[in-house]
Amino acid sequence: MPSLGADMEAGTLTRWLVSEGDTVHRGDIIAVVETVKGAIDVEVFQDGRVERLLVEPGTEVPVGTPLALIHSPGEPAATPKAAPKAESARPSARAPGRGATAGDARGATRRRVSPAARRRARELGVDLKALEGAAAVTVTDVERAAGGGPARAASPAPGGMRAAIAAAMSRSKREIPHYYLETSVDMGGALERLSTYNGARPVPDRLLPAVLLLRAAARAAARYPEMNGWYRDGAHVPSTAVHAGMATALRGGGLVAPALHDADSRPLPELMRGLADLVSRARTGRLRSSEMADPTITVTSLGEQGVESVLAVIFPPQVAIVGFGSIVQRPWVVAGKVAPRPLVRVSLAADHRVSDGHRGALFLAEIGRLLENPEEP
Amino acid sequence: MNQESLRKLVLDTLGHIAPDADPAALDPAVNIRDQIDFDSMDFYNFAVALHEKLGVEIPESDYPRLSSIDGCVRYLQDKADSRAAG
Repeated sequence: MPSLGADMEAGTLTRWLVSEGDTVHRGDIIAVVETVKGAIDVEVFQDGRVERLLVEPGTEVPVGTPLALIHSPGEPAATPKAAPKAESARPSARAPGRGATAGDARGATRRRVSPAARRRARELGVDLKALEGAAAVTVTDVERAAGGGPARAASPAPGGMRAAIAAAMSRSKREIPHYYLETSVDMGGALERLSTYNGARPVPDRLLPAVLLLRAAARAAARYPEMNGWYRDGAHVPSTAVHAGMATALRGGGLVAPALHDADSRPLPELMRGLADLVSRARTGRLRSSEMADPTITVTSLGEQGVESVLAVIFPPQVAIVGFGSIVQRPWVVAGKVAPRPLVRVSLAADHRVSDGHRGALFLAEIGRLLENPEEP
Repeated sequence: MNQESLRKLVLDTLGHIAPDADPAALDPAVNIRDQIDFDSMDFYNFAVALHEKLGVEIPESDYPRLSSIDGCVRYLQDKADSRAAG
């Protein structure tokens, strides 16, 4: 059972998408597990052949429990009598793979069940498999199947997810000595360029301001390694890759922050498509294990609600989180004169065990520089 | 494509992006964003889906016309009409 975030202790194997004897490739989706954050597609992190499935669907197991034995090419074959030993066939699907897209075709045949519908089904004891025919299963479908009216409590988030968020954030505030910095950035130039860029392109190729903000944070993180990576066993473990956790509010309540891989280096149009796909899958309950497991820094954006500033809480074991408020028109001094400009307030919460305010300020200034003097599009 | 099938397509598309919301229960005359959590990323996915399903170009300056379900249907109908006329 892969660890899909620091706040996860156990998961329920919902179903296998492979059988014993199947050949699998790194990144293939081989199983679906149910966690407090919804259903997650589990990717395999090595090539090989499925030797044995060790966990029956419907079983809840702690993080770290081997789910299957995968026999890799070149390894001696595990004999049927052999106990599941690491030397003969490594327990797989325990560590996250990443960047995987294979196996999508198989996954695509599954129905979409929103996280809120899944939670409601659990509460009401509705078997989701029984809801045939629908392309997407909603809370309404589940309640209809349960035979009752919508007697939904106004709980702000799934009980399990709220508890998991509480546990992770409490741990963060208990263990991580946060410091906070904030600055304002003039987005006028970037938005003008974006408008020109989008004007010449069809809908799917257009970029949203959110992807520019994300890109600037990711590029700055690549240049300031003490903001990127994890704090483990009393030391900072930097990451060369920047996998930006995108804090995403779920419509039924709750929050997930799955990783957008290589957010600093992928071409911007590709990153935009990746971001739209990631947010869409987060909200329809189709995230992948690698996305849950490996963010190296989190980015949170308030979107268009008009709220100007967010001072965020670091997701352990990460060491920094960048917050963007809404882009709002405000008076600003340009060339000695006050003028209305679209401004965004950018905040940093970072871990004092790893960095100090001086480096944090340079990092934040770098984000501002990248937004005001965009290298792209 | 007539009004009814356009309306069905708009509702199906919304339902795909926001399975938690029941699109048929929304007030078609009121801004979608005032009724359900629907942020710029959801709207982007919505516009992309309409573009891909119907093959219509939707300039950014027309986005405000897509803010309600009725608005979407009217806009897409206008697009279809002008294409038929052109």
